[in-house]
Amino acid sequence: MTIDVAAYIGPYPFRHVPHPEPEALRRVLAREGLEGAWVGHLPSAFHRDPGPGNAELIAALAPHAPALRPVPVIRPDWPQWTRALRAARDAGAPAIRAYPTHWGMGPHDRAMQELVLAAGELGMAVVLTVRFEDLRQRHSLDVAGDLSAAAVRALARAGTRVRLVVTGAGREMIEEVHWGLTDDERARVYWDFAWVWGPPEDHLAKLFRSIGAQRFVYGTHWPLRLTQNPRANLDLLPDDVRDARLASASDICEAAR
Amino acid sequence: MSASRPHADQRSESPEPLIDSHAHFYHAGAGRADWREVNAARFRAGERMGITYHVASVLGSYGFASPTYFPSPADVTLGNDAMLAILAAEPERARMYVVVNPNDTEHALAEIQRCVQGGAIGVKLLASRRADDPLLDPIAERAGEHGLPVLHHIWQHRRREWPSQEISDGADLARLARRHPRTSFILAHLGGGGDWAHTLPAVADVPNVYPDLSGSGVDRGMLDLALAGLGPARLLWGCDLTMETGLAKLRALAVLGLSADDLAAIRWRNAVRLFPAGSFPRCEAGCRRAQPPAASGR
Repeated sequence: MTIDVAAYIGPYPFRHVPHPEPEALRRVLAREGLEGAWVGHLPSAFHRDPGPGNAELIAALAPHAPALRPVPVIRPDWPQWTRALRAARDAGAPAIRAYPTHWGMGPHDRAMQELVLAAGELGMAVVLTVRFEDLRQRHSLDVAGDLSAAAVRALARAGTRVRLVVTGAGREMIEEVHWGLTDDERARVYWDFAWVWGPPEDHLAKLFRSIGAQRFVYGTHWPLRLTQNPRANLDLLPDDVRDARLASASDICEAAR
Repeated sequence: MSASRPHADQRSESPEPLIDSHAHFYHAGAGRADWREVNAARFRAGERMGITYHVASVLGSYGFASPTYFPSPADVTLGNDAMLAILAAEPERARMYVVVNPNDTEHALAEIQRCVQGGAIGVKLLASRRADDPLLDPIAERAGEHGLPVLHHIWQHRRREWPSQEISDGADLARLARRHPRTSFILAHLGGGGDWAHTLPAVADVPNVYPDLSGSGVDRGMLDLALAGLGPARLLWGCDLTMETGLAKLRALAVLGLSADDLAAIRWRNAVRLFPAGSFPRCEAGCRRAQPPAASGR
């Protein structure tokens, strides 16, 4: 059973994306052989107050439960964020999303550490986004920058119950974080491979050999990116890692409990 | 079979020929110890995807002895020699672009002559000079005389200078193409970074510019807009440095509702039309691959 842990609904502020509605996502998931998705609300990443966007997300996905599960944004420097976190759990969210670079938070921001600890206490993972778009095409107003490896390391070290899902990282960042953590800390971090190169450089194969496929989960970044890309990457793996087993969304949830 | 992998219907896995119009190979002078493995990986993935021909270039020493995008004459020759050797070793699968640096016109024209005699079927221009620079005119002219398409490295919407290259965008290439209507220009890697939505209207009215779809970018909407803006007769399929994105785009094209003829045009027929006659005998003879790429069932 494969769940896409990095999908969104809603428009993107810097370019048009076609049909970012849950109904379209359901059709795409069926076509791609995916059983469901953890779904974020794309515009909320750029809102100061994520509350209204979370409400919109939960309402929009309700008719599509349990295939589409909401992943609300929790901003840890916003009043009543702990209440919002509990509300997310009560709404059936398997995880929450956070965008520290968009909120002007540095790699060692105390509020972010409190957030991942609190989410961990509630058995929820925190989904972090390294990037939405290629650096070379960003709008001149899109100045938040990529999430840094230092930020991920700091959050992974924050506590034993922390579970992170980092989406949109490339090989270098993944290696820098992984080998900068202890065994216990590494086990708290999952990666999607939507931005990891396949052949001929074979970065994904190298990562499967070095840090293990069990650290990776399936994420498409729909509606921003072609849903076909992660599976194409798996289909082109060299024979020695072609049958490597990925982690699943349920593995993340189990680990977070 | 592995858990946690999807089971999808792969409608892109076609028995039709497939030409990668934008590929690269490495060599011993490229400054990396794994160059053989990288070249082998391209062929390995190509076999799995069903690539009939890799139309490829070698970019000098890839920065080892002179900059990738500003290769010295010696490195241009070194890289072209390496590509000629790959061509000789892989006559069934490889085809060649001759790389030139337009800052040395005499050397560039001599390399075109030498490598065409060795089997090159196209010219590769990097970012050593902006695309609309007059120094490109003799190269574009010579390419047109030989019937060679020119693959030009492009940044989609240049808003400023970027380090290590004198980068051009679609509007720059359109100016060169208008000056050389007899020559075909392949606009490199529509998905290779920058704003592809800017490129498409910039070249829409210049019929001898053909974007290739290669590049690591797999933005949703890009293929739809390219088809709507230029049509399937103007697009070439390719991979460049990331073959999984090439496969993803193939699979995406297969679900966009194109006719079989339009899909075949992008996969291989446009390339057969643009390159010199006889460049792709396995396609031109209507050859079909013996085995379609297997859907993995995962």
